[in-house]
Amino acid sequence: MATYQEFIQQNEDRDGVRFSWNLWPSSRLEATRLVVPVSCLFTPLKERPDLPPVQYEPVLCSRANCKAVLNPLCQVDYRAKIWACNFCFQRNPFPPSYAGISDVNQPAELMPQFSTIEYVVQRGPPTPLIFLYVVDTCLEEEDLQALKESLQMSLSLLPPNALVGLITFGRMVQVHELSCEAIAKSYVFRGTKELSSKQIQEMLGLTNPAASGPQGRPVAPQDPAVTCRFLQPVHKVDMNLTDLLGELQRDPWPVPQGKRPLRSTGIALSIAVGLLEGTFPNTGARVMMFTGGPPTQGPGMVVGDELKTPIRSWHDITKDNARHLKKATKYYEALANRAAVNGHSIDIYACALDQTGLLEMKCLSNLTGGHIAMGDSFNTSLFKQTFQRVFSKDYNGEFCMAFGGTLEVKMSRELKVSGAIGPCVSLNAKGPCISENEVGVGGTTQWKICSLSPSTTLAMYFEVVNQHNAPIPQGGRGAVQFVTQYQHSNTQKRIRVTTVARNWADAQSQIQHIESSFDQEASAVIMARLGVFRAESEEGPDVLRWLDRQLIRLCQKFGQFNKDDPTSFKLSESLSLYPQFMFHLRRSPFLQVFNNSPDECSYYRHHFVRQDLTQSLIMIQPILYSYSFHGPPEPVLLDSGSILPDRILLMDTFFQLVIYHGETIAQWRKAGYQEQPEYENFKHLLVAPLDDAQEILQNRFPMPRYIDTEHGGSQARFLLSKVNPSQTHNNLYSWGQETGAPILTDDVSLQVFMDHLKKLAVSSAA
Amino acid sequence: MSQQGYVATPPYSQAQPGMGGYPAGFGSTPAQPLYRHYGGPPQSFPAPPTGKATCLWSPNPPVKSSVYVFLPIGLHQVQVTRASHWNCLCVTGQFGGQMAGPGMAGPGMAGPGMAGPFQGGAAQMAGPPQKKLDPDSIPSTTQVIEDDQAKRGGQVYTTNLRGQVPPLVTTDYTVQDQGNASPRFMRCTTYSFPCTADLAKQCQVPLATIIKPFATVPKNETPMYVVNHGETGPIRCNRCKAYMCPYMQFMDGGRRYQCGFCNCVNEVPPFYFQHLDHMGKRVDFYERPELSLGSYEFAATLDYCKNNKPASPPAYIFMIDVSYANIKSGLVRLVCDELKTLLDNLPREDGAESSMVKVGFVTYNKILHFYNVKSALAQPQMMVVSDTAEMFVPLLDGFLVNFQESRAVINNLLDQIPDMFADTNESETVFAPVIQAGVEALKAAECSGKLFIFHSSIPTAEAPGKLKNRDDKKLINTEKEKTLFQPQKAVYEQLSKDCVSQGCSVDLFLFPSQYVDIATMGDVATHTGGSIFKYSNFQVERDGQHFLSDLRKDVEKAIGFDAIMRVRTSTGFRATDFFGAIHMNNTTDVEMAAVDCDKAVTVEFKHDDTLSEETGALMQCALLYTTISGQRRLRIHNLSLNCSAQLSELYKSCETDALINFFTKSAYRAMLNQPLKTVRENLVNQAAHMLACYRKNCASPSAASQLILPDAMKVFPVYLNSLLKTGPLVGSAELSTDDRAHQRLSTTAMGVEDTQLLLYPRLIPLHNMDVASDVVPTPVRCSEERLTDAGMFLLENGCSLFLWLGQACPPELIQSIFNVPSLAHVPVDLRSLPELDNPQSKKLRSIVDSLLDQRPSSMKLLIVKQKDRSEIMFRQHLVEDKGLHGGASYMDFLCYVHREIRQVLT
Repeated sequence: MATYQEFIQQNEDRDGVRFSWNLWPSSRLEATRLVVPVSCLFTPLKERPDLPPVQYEPVLCSRANCKAVLNPLCQVDYRAKIWACNFCFQRNPFPPSYAGISDVNQPAELMPQFSTIEYVVQRGPPTPLIFLYVVDTCLEEEDLQALKESLQMSLSLLPPNALVGLITFGRMVQVHELSCEAIAKSYVFRGTKELSSKQIQEMLGLTNPAASGPQGRPVAPQDPAVTCRFLQPVHKVDMNLTDLLGELQRDPWPVPQGKRPLRSTGIALSIAVGLLEGTFPNTGARVMMFTGGPPTQGPGMVVGDELKTPIRSWHDITKDNARHLKKATKYYEALANRAAVNGHSIDIYACALDQTGLLEMKCLSNLTGGHIAMGDSFNTSLFKQTFQRVFSKDYNGEFCMAFGGTLEVKMSRELKVSGAIGPCVSLNAKGPCISENEVGVGGTTQWKICSLSPSTTLAMYFEVVNQHNAPIPQGGRGAVQFVTQYQHSNTQKRIRVTTVARNWADAQSQIQHIESSFDQEASAVIMARLGVFRAESEEGPDVLRWLDRQLIRLCQKFGQFNKDDPTSFKLSESLSLYPQFMFHLRRSPFLQVFNNSPDECSYYRHHFVRQDLTQSLIMIQPILYSYSFHGPPEPVLLDSGSILPDRILLMDTFFQLVIYHGETIAQWRKAGYQEQPEYENFKHLLVAPLDDAQEILQNRFPMPRYIDTEHGGSQARFLLSKVNPSQTHNNLYSWGQETGAPILTDDVSLQVFMDHLKKLAVSSAA
Repeated sequence: MSQQGYVATPPYSQAQPGMGGYPAGFGSTPAQPLYRHYGGPPQSFPAPPTGKATCLWSPNPPVKSSVYVFLPIGLHQVQVTRASHWNCLCVTGQFGGQMAGPGMAGPGMAGPGMAGPFQGGAAQMAGPPQKKLDPDSIPSTTQVIEDDQAKRGGQVYTTNLRGQVPPLVTTDYTVQDQGNASPRFMRCTTYSFPCTADLAKQCQVPLATIIKPFATVPKNETPMYVVNHGETGPIRCNRCKAYMCPYMQFMDGGRRYQCGFCNCVNEVPPFYFQHLDHMGKRVDFYERPELSLGSYEFAATLDYCKNNKPASPPAYIFMIDVSYANIKSGLVRLVCDELKTLLDNLPREDGAESSMVKVGFVTYNKILHFYNVKSALAQPQMMVVSDTAEMFVPLLDGFLVNFQESRAVINNLLDQIPDMFADTNESETVFAPVIQAGVEALKAAECSGKLFIFHSSIPTAEAPGKLKNRDDKKLINTEKEKTLFQPQKAVYEQLSKDCVSQGCSVDLFLFPSQYVDIATMGDVATHTGGSIFKYSNFQVERDGQHFLSDLRKDVEKAIGFDAIMRVRTSTGFRATDFFGAIHMNNTTDVEMAAVDCDKAVTVEFKHDDTLSEETGALMQCALLYTTISGQRRLRIHNLSLNCSAQLSELYKSCETDALINFFTKSAYRAMLNQPLKTVRENLVNQAAHMLACYRKNCASPSAASQLILPDAMKVFPVYLNSLLKTGPLVGSAELSTDDRAHQRLSTTAMGVEDTQLLLYPRLIPLHNMDVASDVVPTPVRCSEERLTDAGMFLLENGCSLFLWLGQACPPELIQSIFNVPSLAHVPVDLRSLPELDNPQSKKLRSIVDSLLDQRPSSMKLLIVKQKDRSEIMFRQHLVEDKGLHGGASYMDFLCYVHREIRQVLT
């Protein structure tokens, strides 16, 4: 048998699934003792270039509350043309179209290599993609110009049949009509008045009051000419819209001295949501909001327009001094839920030097699967390229975005689902297999993911419910099936089904096996997501304490040690990296709010709970490469000891790419040696990390902040704040060596952390 | 001469061509009764108890040379024998024959006029007596006007005397300001106030001034001087805040001055100090307008500006209803086309190269469309606001623009508007939100301004200010009739307040095809210094020119914005009531969103205390406003009146035209709160009291049967009767409620000239005009009797213009005016006279043009043929006749008033 490492990798490549445990403890009691729950990271639209979609409907189990999809784990009686559901054991006849089935003529979904299979189904008329731009006009001239150009450029990236719409806002909100020829027409709304969806539609002339039925039931607007006033196919309005964008002016209302511009973000979004709600319910649509500052008026306002009152900080929030926070958050949450119900996702592109209210608005994107991009200005390559990458295409030349996804999970009866953490909302689908212990977004077997990309990853948490006294027979397997229905960017409706199974193991007799089946990378991310999820609602220190306790418990469970003897503590290989992940996680901006604004934290957390495992790990523990004359570039420890004068370091934290030139290198560079032919090797050395960085930049969404710095440079703080402070001003002289760079911090180093962990783990008192 | 106190001032005692002859002819004639049947039950007045009354014409012997008009009516002579009856008619006949001069009536008039009574009398010996009395025998308005014109026309009226009575409004005179405001600006009901409240109460003559602060001044009179005291601003009395004026008495070598209004002694500011001459007059008296003139302006400082910020030039916003009705009638296209040229003529400061007024455009039906017409744009942009519940203005920059700069974009817009809505089928409109939008726009731009609203129908769309049809003819002549004239909703009241506080005037152009509830819709306009124009069943071909000339006049006229007027008086009396297109937040400050050259405010005064004959009664009207170029100014009008303990003085210096203006406005206001019947009765009662008091206190004793009228008020009854017959007061189901409300509202801001003309239209005979002369033929009395079958008459009252063609009108005249062979060929739907190259046509057209030119609003020309159905409309304006919808004839009314007087006296 291959190693677990290989097994895990293989499973991930095939199904996009990484479980925390690849052998499952067979009873509830044992499962809870394992500390890390049975859970997985699931990437529903994992890119599978080798997986051709099949062009027929999936075969479903006929039991009403099961409806599982036929899969390779099912037992099939080819002669009787009957298959048994592996979840509920219902025996189902094959449909007539499967008459020719035999053990040599199997449909794809029965073949083991098709544990993940994608069906293309014909349901309803194909609906084009919908993009609704919501543009802030309270920008600096330069910013607005850049944004206008980006938007104009984006029109060329859209599929020609996609529908586009434009809403601009400042003090007022304008919904632009795109079909008119002569005069540019727009509907204007007050930025302070909350309107119901019905009112919005009425004011936009989308409902015909005369057409509403005698019972007063509004007739769904079917007339395409009416809706099309605001949402038009790109190929039709390309020119118009380009001109319209070109003529966009800064918000014309004067901003008095000492005031912020009045920005009606809340109303603009509510109108965008209301417009789509009325015109294209249950159809994939993307609201793309571009804002250059915090909402300053109307519902959803985050800060008043007086410049003398600064926007809330963590300090204000902990002191309960942020007066708009709760109200605004509630407002945006309600909006996000409305959008999510209709399958519309909301992106936020926020570019400003100060905070823009992402803390309050984050749920818009978090709940609807939208993107959040944060930058200093729209006139930066960071924004421009990030935005461009939203429209990136896959190997088939189709957009890497899917809409209106629902994820349903089915599992063997020994398991129940506790919840999911990711860019999703609950669909409140009740069923017998829902755990009472809610983790993340729970209480359902179905989630809505309004917008999906190939990297969108959810953490799913399960609970083993098998009782201790009802052992599972040897060799028994538990299975989980993920059914993802979504609207492909080519307007097809698709269903992807992933069915995975793991063996049950008796935790008492097979604890070693279980230990070795531990996926410490996945577990670190899964626990981190839990921590981040908790951090949204709990106090920071509580979350840290909870994480610490989990770590200590895990070490106690799996560590080998003599009681009260820290030096004897040992962890097996499958757990060896886990404490280090936790150490860096504790220091990460996901849990540490110090030095990060509330907006930044929201931004980081947003990306953390949706990226796949690799990216998530980078976020937890950034990667550090070292370049030197001594050999090829090598990954080095994320430690202050790695910061050496004759090295160039490349650090990738997912959000930042830092190239750090050591003291000597920096001096050489300053002296201009690289210009001289005889030091060409130095030139190559300088270029090498740049090339590598470029490669990372090519594929990363959102674009990381690119930082080129050197020893003593102010930007070096990005590196210094991430590395393990093994040398600080406190212990510099005690070490007495000249390696590395001391970090001016009072944070504990990994060494201290580990020592402490060992001490606690072996303590008999704990 | 004036021992008895009732002999008129010298001008009046001089020869009066018409009147002067009466005494000569009648002095020795004994009272000659003249029967006059009092008709059936007159509509407006209760019938006299007897059902029969007798009129007697007789001058009063003791006052042969006096100016009094006596019109004795002896009720006791009901039993007069038939013989005397005949007798009297004979005398009258003689009189008529004697007196019918060329100026009085055509020679043909006397004949038929006399024939009637004889025949009638003969035929109905036992029945009701004959109806005719010589119409020339009762005071004639045209005669009075003519006399005044003859006496004072073309002269210079110098305002250097306290309490001098100015010429009539109809008279053509030149004013020289020498310390009192020109009568064009201020005209009083009487120029001699009674000294005590008791006297005032006794005589019941209203003490009022009609102020038209922006009255147009003829070119030959000096324009308003602007005084600029720089940073310190105008000099004001410390106590009563009156502005420096000729009534401030300098003393103490020029170091102090005593306020003429409150008698407070103030220090003269050092920069203003000037030595006094031997007369106690400042040396710089003639150099400073505020010391020597009745009217002048001060440049205002920041203290006089809103929020202490300098004012900005006003803005004109054109708001066009683009609902189905207006599109279909072609109005939208008409307005849009007109605006392209009209906007070049926006009002500007004298000498300024172009107007500073900004313009903005809104179209609307159920929702509003604002337009961005910034000059930088290639195309105008439309912004739709459908949130009519809470109106706001969607843009600031680009909405209000300078026409010159944005001409291309605006023209582009005006070209497109009619096409954009050409296919509309939206017939519902909103109204209050439209005004609200205008106010918000001005608020956002921090300026004052004016809204021009072109509206078609009653606003029924779901929005604030939505109106219901509440036109209920059953209410007419009931207690509840007043509700028809009360504005419907509180929304509009609040809107008026908002408008006034922002200095936003509303001009309403209505194009209704049915009831639109003008009482409510016009409410805002009449509280913001605006006007209401109404074109029922508008058709471009028929009414287009009429509307356009109204619009042009309205856009181009001189105007001030965001005005506050305060009338200060010397001690002893004060302004208590104000009538006009104004808004009052408190009892003293008259707020006007705008005030143009045609808007007048009528101010009523009451006594606080005894006035002294020596100091007289002083008043100062101070108007703070923003000029058309955005400067803040104070316009001051000062007027000094006499005071007298003698009522005769008061009656002598009464001004009938001003009186009737006051009566009209107060009656029209009263009808909101009282049944029309009460209003009418009160009017007559007060008139009777005024006249009775005169008779009792000023006239020499005479027979009770004699009606004695003070000279200055001798034509007052005809005006009053005409007022009682006006649409609003008459209470007839045949008149449209909207028309009545419209007339009521349009009268609120009228000046003396307008009410005079409205209540006594000009009837100009054209058939015998002298084509060689350039004067307008002398008007004749407004009575059917003055018309002749072979005549052609022009009638105008400031609102309507009729060309009446007699049945026997000479074909040559018809030919030369209309270019058709006979009367039958004259098209009645003609809207303007054909331009023909002959003296008659030229003359007539020049008359019409000059009339149109003089009036504040345009008049639609209606061609009326005698005995045609359309003649009814024309006949309504013959105010000396019995009203078509009720109301007595002039003669009947005199009898009625006389009876009332006698009742008061007994």
